[in-house]
Amino acid sequence: MIPPRFEYHAPKTVGEAVALLGQLGSDAKLLAGGHSLLPMMKLRFAQPEHLIDINRIPELKGIREEGGTVVIGAMTVENDLITSPILQAKVPLLCEAAKLIADPQVRNRGTIGGDIAHGDPGNDHPALSIVIDASFVLEGPNGRRTVAADGFFLGTYMTLLEENEVMCEIRVPAFAAGTGYAYEKLKRKTGDWATAGCAVVIRKSGDQVSHVRVALTNVAPAVVRVEAAEAALLGKPFNAANVQAAVEAAIAACDPAEDLRGDVEYKTAMAGEMVKRALNKAWSRCA
Amino acid sequence: MSKKLVTVSVNGKKEEKAVEPRTLLIHFLREELNLTGAHIGCETSHCGACTVDIDGRSVKSCTHLAVQCDGSEVLTVEGLANKGVLHAVQEGFYKEHGLQCGFCTPGMLMRAYRFLQENPSPTEDEIRHGMAGNLCRCTGYQNIVKAVQYAAKKLQEPVAA
Repeated sequence: MIPPRFEYHAPKTVGEAVALLGQLGSDAKLLAGGHSLLPMMKLRFAQPEHLIDINRIPELKGIREEGGTVVIGAMTVENDLITSPILQAKVPLLCEAAKLIADPQVRNRGTIGGDIAHGDPGNDHPALSIVIDASFVLEGPNGRRTVAADGFFLGTYMTLLEENEVMCEIRVPAFAAGTGYAYEKLKRKTGDWATAGCAVVIRKSGDQVSHVRVALTNVAPAVVRVEAAEAALLGKPFNAANVQAAVEAAIAACDPAEDLRGDVEYKTAMAGEMVKRALNKAWSRCA
Repeated sequence: MSKKLVTVSVNGKKEEKAVEPRTLLIHFLREELNLTGAHIGCETSHCGACTVDIDGRSVKSCTHLAVQCDGSEVLTVEGLANKGVLHAVQEGFYKEHGLQCGFCTPGMLMRAYRFLQENPSPTEDEIRHGMAGNLCRCTGYQNIVKAVQYAAKKLQEPVAA
């Protein structure tokens, strides 16, 4: 399978990429890791006239700290998340979760920004971004703006990213000491998308939950942050009854599509199980 | 649609070709350079038969444009052996019967080659995870793991002076 013909552009700066997007309009697509876009082009689900390859823009790569914030370049690949000493120390959830994404070769190409900007409900970084309170820096013709992960994902392949914008950075507050975290992902095989997935970040004060975020992967047209599940736990002791209430709230928030991974009932039940496992694992890591 | 000039080192040899932007690396290697070692399997980045090394990283060449390799160093299975002497991973697959039909083998070898540089003394579990992007439809995974273990051991041996 060979993709349809297109003109190829390889800008060296974000400014050049934004200018090209402005000139070429909706006939152009940004090429990040290419592991969603190139397969879609082979199948003619996407036929852009122009590809703007943003792999040669150094400012979009790498991980650094700015005070208490970890700044991840949007074109940083998954394997570089896994091996980053900064992330291992400050946002270890991303290192652990990235190992569950795709396979070693694909993780050398797939980028965190591409995973987020694509808006595929099967992608893992949307739920992860929400639970770590990430924000995204987007650059367009009128400069940069920063938007929160929570609220960014509008529907399948629909996000707040405008056609003339480039995602530049993912900004994440460093975890407070004692933060518990987990990403539980049920998948049929290495490289598959989640049948159901759940990301959790949790903190405690005494025996009570003082902070909690719960978000679900691939069980609705877009990622779901389950605020009702968080409310079932926040300010309360972490016990089986409250966890069960959170699980039920998450199940009520599910709206999966039946496919080869399972029917609606199965996926919904598995989402509940992933929530339970993620909450228990995250809590056990809380200090 | 205009062609682009690509200058790339493949197995240590400098190649310069004008390519259509849509040319995938796997087709560039097989059809432009006649390097047919890397195989076209699933064409959807699942099976790993097309795995090559680009600038020190394992990549599936069915999901990578040739034009993106401009200025890069590419290593394919044809570049593994040195003056007729098999590389340790090739010797491992030979000695441990790490192949049956052989279709997945070029990708397996290229991934094993890079994996053993990322992790020179892997556990069996680490080998299975490190090779997880390569599928063997003969399901000969036991011997593939043994082959990688053989190569890991061989690569650890002191080199004779």
